[in-house]
Amino acid sequence: MARALMSGNEAVARGAWEAGVAVGVGYPGTPSTEVLENLVRYDGVRCEWAPNEKVAAEVAGGVSFGGRRALVTMKHVGLNVAADPLFTQAYTGVTGGLVYLVADDPGMHSSQNEQDTRNLAAAAHVPVFEPADSQEALEFVRKAFDVSERFDVPVIVRMTTRVSHSKSLTKAGERTEIERIPYEKRPQKYVMMPGMARVRRVDLDSRLAALAEYAGTTDANRIEMRDVALGIITSGVAYQYVRESMPDASVLKLGFTNPLPDDLILDFCSKVSRVAVVEELGPYLSLRLRSLDIEQMDTGLSAIGELSPVTVLRAFGGSAPETRAQVADLPPRPPLLCPGCPHRGVFHALGKMRAVVTGDIGCYTLAALAPLTAMDSCVCMGASIGMAHGAALAGTTEGPVVGVIGDSTFAHSGMTGLLHMAYSGKGGTVVVLDNRTTAMTGHQGNPVSGVALGGGPARALDLETLAKAMGADSVRTVDPHDLSGTLEVLRQEVAEDHLSVVIAKAPCALLVREPKDPYAVDEEACTKCGACVRLGCPAISRDENSRAIIDTALCVGCSQCVQVCRFDAIVRVGPSCDLGGGV
Amino acid sequence: MSVTTVVLAGVGGQGTILAGDVLAKVAVAEGYDVKLSEVHGMAQRGGSVDTVVRFGDDVRSPVVDPGVAEHLIAFEMIEAARALRFLRPDGRLVVNRRTVAPLPVLIGDLPMPEDLEPALSAEGAVFLDAEALACEAGSPKSANVVLLGTAAYGLPFARETWCRVIGERVPPKTVEANLRAFELGSNACAKGVCEA
Repeated sequence: MARALMSGNEAVARGAWEAGVAVGVGYPGTPSTEVLENLVRYDGVRCEWAPNEKVAAEVAGGVSFGGRRALVTMKHVGLNVAADPLFTQAYTGVTGGLVYLVADDPGMHSSQNEQDTRNLAAAAHVPVFEPADSQEALEFVRKAFDVSERFDVPVIVRMTTRVSHSKSLTKAGERTEIERIPYEKRPQKYVMMPGMARVRRVDLDSRLAALAEYAGTTDANRIEMRDVALGIITSGVAYQYVRESMPDASVLKLGFTNPLPDDLILDFCSKVSRVAVVEELGPYLSLRLRSLDIEQMDTGLSAIGELSPVTVLRAFGGSAPETRAQVADLPPRPPLLCPGCPHRGVFHALGKMRAVVTGDIGCYTLAALAPLTAMDSCVCMGASIGMAHGAALAGTTEGPVVGVIGDSTFAHSGMTGLLHMAYSGKGGTVVVLDNRTTAMTGHQGNPVSGVALGGGPARALDLETLAKAMGADSVRTVDPHDLSGTLEVLRQEVAEDHLSVVIAKAPCALLVREPKDPYAVDEEACTKCGACVRLGCPAISRDENSRAIIDTALCVGCSQCVQVCRFDAIVRVGPSCDLGGGV
Repeated sequence: MSVTTVVLAGVGGQGTILAGDVLAKVAVAEGYDVKLSEVHGMAQRGGSVDTVVRFGDDVRSPVVDPGVAEHLIAFEMIEAARALRFLRPDGRLVVNRRTVAPLPVLIGDLPMPEDLEPALSAEGAVFLDAEALACEAGSPKSANVVLLGTAAYGLPFARETWCRVIGERVPPKTVEANLRAFELGSNACAKGVCEA
């Protein structure tokens, strides 16, 4: 087969399919999401979105237990959620191969923190492959399934944003069909009660010792001898930066990074005059070198953010290319809520109420930015609800405390928080933004939306019934595009002592296939008060005379601005000309 | 081992990612090693988006550093100025004469930068109005293909390859309009119509 351009995530899907994977399961998270979206297109593989990464890891563990190969996908913070099954799956080991695809996000392009998954993998005693491009992603995933079964352990393939989302030429292979391994009752292996877990803990060490030997022999780790004056130890995309900027340096390229091949490292270091480590995030490789008593060059490279060819070049004394001077003071361009976004209606109300808003992870986190500035915390998936309860326990009276969470995030880990609030008996207000999709990561289905992975229909969870069953005293559904109605319901609910769940239900603006006719501003009637501008809609700005103007090409006719205009200055106009159809 | 770097700079939703995909496929079809880098997720919601295509005999890094790119094709003027740092001093700059106000400007917190056009012109920019040319081609949404046409003018790929890849990539009904858009972009540069 000829080589084709593939993203790292496409290549992972291809590699898993070639490895005979039977099931792919995960939770969407940038930069990992496209793995399952690609895998689902292959025949012979069942793919599912799970409500969260822990469930996904358990499903994958069950597939392995049942004798088939499974791939489970998530971003780095998802591995925190899935850490519980992972740490013990290392003890039980596998039957069918079990591979975790975990994508780190150095530079936090679309994440709330930076984590180096290699550290968590080392703590969990599980092996790690680190591809440096799409070809390696494909090959390493295949190897990972073999290693998983050969050494009886789950294996992590650690990607980073640049490996997941860069496309490079990749040669694909054919699928190997893998027979199901018949089930056998093996409680000593799979029932991790203390007596059995103690035995498996010791066994894990012997498996790790065998893996350390593998690390020294696998072709995923290789020495490239060139000039012996400098030897660079590197992994992942950092290898590409080293090759581009330091083409003459000798390189120890590590593609299998837990456990590390100590003998290979020592051998490489003995062949070169000076040794340096180039790694993104970390310190991981450099700590290992320190424990091996190997003297390293101080490169000054940061463990924060991404590297690049020029940062690597400068670390070794090279000079950066000449650049042009900046031509103007430029306003930043932060991401923003789309025109017609239903979330805007809820945050407009919460802003009016001067609420203390504990927020969550999703597009709606953007409501923390001006002009809405109506979200006051964002920590991790599901934190909004527990934090709302905690803030109330602390006696927060500076404003009504409201927890705000998206539909997918609620299913992910908001439900247990709500259960806790009900159990505590303290009351409180939770808003579930039900926009019928997992929007931020690119419109994946979730248990609330009634859409399966691959776009087919699925059972849609009834949020109202669920909230009542979980102990909410009051459950009310509002249309967030109805600004006064939404505000009124929220005001009523925060005034009560009971536990209330307000479901703000309207589809994501990007899912509305036929937008309504756009609105325009009546120049005569506009008093320049700025009320509409403060909604932060990308379609609304001010002209040179400070009057509001609406870009009819962007407006989708949601009418929220009409409702905030006290001067009837916003009027509906005909559809904008659109002949449709670019690439 | 020479590598050529093209940066497509724009605003989330303008079609830079899809344009980058076509450009990368054309380079592959012409026999080059290629890497393409793009950003997904939160940045796509109306934020600045840079798509980077690098091609040559052996391309290592998928990302571009300041002062490295030979070509900067900007879909919007503020993003042209922002991405200018990536362009080599002798690099080629094509700018769509259009501004999309970022949120701090929309809500009046920050002023729209003034005199961007002369400032970019002083940096050697050639300008065009991609939206107008796209309308002329018969599809307002093909502005990104007009801009691909301007990129094509400075790149060593055969016209037939461009047309074939564009034809494969766009919806069947819009192939003709998109090919016209491509020609209009390419011709604008060839004729010097879009010279400053």
